[in-house]
Amino acid sequence: MAKQQGESGDRDLVVIVGCGRLGALLAGRLSQAGRRVVVIDRREEAFNLLPAEFSGFRVTGDAVEHEVLRAADLAKAGCLIAVTQKDTLNLMVAQVARLVFAVPRVLARVYDPRKEVFYQRFGIETVSPTELTADALVEAVGLG
Amino acid sequence: MRILMVGQGELAYYLARRLSARKHRVTVVIADHHEASALAQRLNVNTIAGDGTDMQVLDNGGARRADAVLALTPHDEDNLAICQMAKGMFGVPRTLALVNDPDNEEIFHQLQVSVAISATRILSTIFQEEAVFEQIAEIMALAEGKVAVSEVHLDAQSPALDRPLQDLDLPRDALIGGIIRQGHVIVPCGSTRLLAGDRLILIATAESLEAAMARLAGAQR
Repeated sequence: MAKQQGESGDRDLVVIVGCGRLGALLAGRLSQAGRRVVVIDRREEAFNLLPAEFSGFRVTGDAVEHEVLRAADLAKAGCLIAVTQKDTLNLMVAQVARLVFAVPRVLARVYDPRKEVFYQRFGIETVSPTELTADALVEAVGLG
Repeated sequence: MRILMVGQGELAYYLARRLSARKHRVTVVIADHHEASALAQRLNVNTIAGDGTDMQVLDNGGARRADAVLALTPHDEDNLAICQMAKGMFGVPRTLALVNDPDNEEIFHQLQVSVAISATRILSTIFQEEAVFEQIAEIMALAEGKVAVSEVHLDAQSPALDRPLQDLDLPRDALIGGIIRQGHVIVPCGSTRLLAGDRLILIATAESLEAAMARLAGAQR
């Protein structure tokens, strides 16, 4: 997904919004790959999911507030990945990251395939687990 | 007008009541099933129980024919999504969103929201102004708060009474847009004289508001 190894040194930071199973997994992997990572989550307990290999920073707060995004140093990030449980939150954070913090690459997880199609016109890269799972299942049963 | 509202609680109830009393055709999308049916019984409005951030629900609520969509949920991200989909998917001409974090106001404007209202900012502005002038109430803020429309109450101590407006020496960026006198609205001209008890609709930039108030209500209250 968000591999940008060639990115300019200044913006090597990756900000991950949402420290659920996916956010925690991503944070661990990117950390291990040598990226600087900041993870944001509303709930302090969420950070318990972070794996041992995670060596980045944690910010507790609601990513809908600009204050919280500033605390995560978003203006210095080369990439933002929004993977909370809530589609609308991921989409809004991604748009704020682009417009206010000028983050070059933003990705959002969007469960609702209709929203995914709609938001592509706003220049946001979206990943829909629903679509991916459906594709994988269709292929697995040999109907692809 | 056909108005599609997404919201809940007292705000949705009173607003729906007020808008339908003014002959607008109001549909309210409410997340909670019980609240939706209760509202439909209390008011003569259409209600739909469902998630207002779901395109299908907006479509069922008549988004395609709506003249305006009002997004009044307590969550900024939901209000933004509702307005963006209303405009982008269904071509709704006017969208209004409630904003909790005042920092989000400007970004909402950039992202297809026609009107973004931050209750936090309005209340804090009023509070600050109340501390200086007890006779002024901000009605609305335009251009991210750079221009304010305020209502100013003139009492008998006002230094602006019984003189033509053109002699008041108001700041250049302040304008009296209307005078409410005994229930009537007067559109003033240079020779209009202000009377005690008048309520003025004052349009002023943030910088000139204080000087305008000094001319109208007195140096400080």
